[in-house]
Amino acid sequence: MRNIWAICKKEIQTYFTSPIAYVVITVFLVLVGFFFYSLIWWFNSQSLQMAQNPYYFQQLNINQMVFSPLFHNISIILLLVIPLLSMRLLAEEKKIKTEELLFTSPLSINQIILGKYSAALVVLLTMLVLTWIPVLFTFIYGNPELPPLLNGYLGLFLVGASFMAIGLFFSSVTENQIVAAMLTFGALLLFWVLNWAAYSATGFWRDVLNYLSFFQHFDDMTRGILDTSDLVYYLSVIFLGLFLTHAVIQSRRWR
Amino acid sequence: MIEVEHLTKKYGDLVAIKDLSFKVDKGKIWGFLGPNAAGKTTTMRILTGYLPATDGQARVAGFDVFEEPDKVKRLIGYLPEVVPLYPEMTVQGYLKFVAEIKGIPSAEIKKAIDRVIERVGLAPVRSRLIRNISRGYRQRVGLAQALIHDPEVLILDEPTIGLDPAQIIEIRQLIRSFKGERTIILSTHILAEVTQTCDGVVIINEGQLMASGSLDELTASLLDTDGVFLKLRQKSPEVTTLLQNLPHVSGVHEENGGWRVEWPTGYDLRDDITRLVVEKNLGLEEMRPLAMNIEDLYLKVISGGGIRK
Repeated sequence: MRNIWAICKKEIQTYFTSPIAYVVITVFLVLVGFFFYSLIWWFNSQSLQMAQNPYYFQQLNINQMVFSPLFHNISIILLLVIPLLSMRLLAEEKKIKTEELLFTSPLSINQIILGKYSAALVVLLTMLVLTWIPVLFTFIYGNPELPPLLNGYLGLFLVGASFMAIGLFFSSVTENQIVAAMLTFGALLLFWVLNWAAYSATGFWRDVLNYLSFFQHFDDMTRGILDTSDLVYYLSVIFLGLFLTHAVIQSRRWR
Repeated sequence: MIEVEHLTKKYGDLVAIKDLSFKVDKGKIWGFLGPNAAGKTTTMRILTGYLPATDGQARVAGFDVFEEPDKVKRLIGYLPEVVPLYPEMTVQGYLKFVAEIKGIPSAEIKKAIDRVIERVGLAPVRSRLIRNISRGYRQRVGLAQALIHDPEVLILDEPTIGLDPAQIIEIRQLIRSFKGERTIILSTHILAEVTQTCDGVVIINEGQLMASGSLDELTASLLDTDGVFLKLRQKSPEVTTLLQNLPHVSGVHEENGGWRVEWPTGYDLRDDITRLVVEKNLGLEEMRPLAMNIEDLYLKVISGGGIRK
């Protein structure tokens, strides 16, 4: 545990002593702010129109109309920025040869992987927590429901954590950060749109493709549905990412 | 302290080291000598647990490197050829990180950092970013990193590479100061480094052991002739004949305005030569023993198949 914490601390420090984390977080927040603003603006104009009709007015739901699409937008931004946060994790250690220090210290491969992964999750969490600033205003001027909102955030966190695990894996296969980022981005996008292929598939394959798609599982969560199969899906992706990373590191040493 | 037996490492079809065996006793400094790509770095990486070997055994302080890697890693301080530094950290921050991953108890970390900073002379740069310090200081940070957990064994891969002459001397002095308290293996292709810092040497070429032993042993066993270099006021060619006629002399060569007089090991003709010089009034200017130096040794071993001990 102490070893994991040592690695984690060092990684967090590296994120925040280089400009990467600041730039990524800033761009992320600007984009989230923009999406939030347009959704709220749209919601406002809808409310004004509906104000004439008490029945429709009752139907207006800020969770459905603002937060659900907002979470979708945020997840797309995560798809774009997470490869940039994960590319460094292992590729750089290889490039500047510091992995020789890590692997000749009394650390296990698992400790190194978990240390780095948890640091990346801290950055992800920081990003998500900061998006609460605009969200808090909706509590002042409106009455959104908290549970579906938290559920959506849990979904975002799980999606981001899955992306990060896949990014960590691609960072372990190369010493070039750009290559790692590009491979991660390609893989994430492919997984995201896997359900498109499901439209033309039938029966068993349709279910498989739908199940594998990031989108399908995330959609439930933004709408406030917490299904164990979604949780299992994300946790399996995270586990698979970390497991493959371990396998790559292990095999590279034995070759 | 360090025992290597029949160690073999293959990268695919490429054989990096082949059936390597040697031993280093506690408290000694051994030089690891060989041309580039001879397998020095590979051997060191195996000893430090960075790479697994294809075959063979390596033990450090009685622990098998492959079976108890964590125990071995705690005993070894390793300075790789490319010093593993994080440029965006401060010297102090970096040493703290290394102390943590080497498993030093939190309460002792500060003391350990102060001790190595003092020992390798990093005080002037301790709070600067590693990115901004000179090559010489970086090398010292590398040494500090290897020393922080007070290891019994130090493995240094080309510790003086890329340094200026003054820095080389400083680093060598530092390494020599560990003599007796730690067992050290250092690799180098600077021959003078071996004579100046090491007790013994392992010479490898193309992954194979060419020779190993203490410097004295090796020179003695490789040297079948002994001799002196002689400089006289009398330069006449008869001198050569006079010297050749001395009993047991195996060769006399004129060089550098003097003579090289050689005889088989086991004899000592210095008294006879002195007597001759005095009797014939040849005027002695200089007489010094022809010790075989490390360069002769190295070239002989690398080119001539070497000896096994």
